[in-house]
Amino acid sequence: MSNRAAWRLESLGFTQVYRYTAGKRDWFAFGFAMEGELSHTPKAIDGMRRDVPTCRLQDRIGDVYRRCQEAGWKVCIVVNEANIVLGRVRRDAWQADPETPVEQVMENGPTTFRPDNFLEPLIKRMQEKKVGSVILTNSDGVLLGLLVRKDGEARLQQDQTPMRHKER
Amino acid sequence: MPRNIDREEVQRLLLRGAQLVDVLPSDEYQEAHLPGAINIPLKTFDAQSAQQLDGGRPVITYCHDFQ
Repeated sequence: MSNRAAWRLESLGFTQVYRYTAGKRDWFAFGFAMEGELSHTPKAIDGMRRDVPTCRLQDRIGDVYRRCQEAGWKVCIVVNEANIVLGRVRRDAWQADPETPVEQVMENGPTTFRPDNFLEPLIKRMQEKKVGSVILTNSDGVLLGLLVRKDGEARLQQDQTPMRHKER
Repeated sequence: MPRNIDREEVQRLLLRGAQLVDVLPSDEYQEAHLPGAINIPLKTFDAQSAQQLDGGRPVITYCHDFQ
């Protein structure tokens, strides 16, 4: 559609015509700004924590566990040097021998979501599947943060608060 | 000839004063669009609707995705 529009513009005499091929789906999936009616609907990014700990494939699980404990986290995201999500270290992995490389105990290829996913259906899905948190990445798989279910629930609750209460 | 670009190039062109054109139907534009984009639905593209655009600046068209 945008290609035909671009060619039509050229036929009308425009000389600097470009086509953003990946379109708005790509833009919003990167967590970039949105205008329009849906811009006020809570999205996954609205409940996202950016301070989730990360580790590398070759890190030792004992070291990772210590870092996560100190930071108050029970989960760690495994990323490469480009911050691409490769795996997730779940609670049960902490029981492994402290010398074990993360790669051997991590969950491979965890499901990820985009920052522009609507929060309400996502939280509902997490509740149904009893999932405590989900990873958010952009469409290139780069880690953005973690959506913790209780944060998302609180965000939705806040959104349902009558305006007069919000103003106090 | 129109050039295909990615989001980084969109951002660079916007800094140079490019105009964004959402070519989707107006109801879809109303729901969500890129900041600053104007709406010229493909079906309404003609010399008259194009007058909203400045021919001296870059113009970027987009829709949902690779359609």
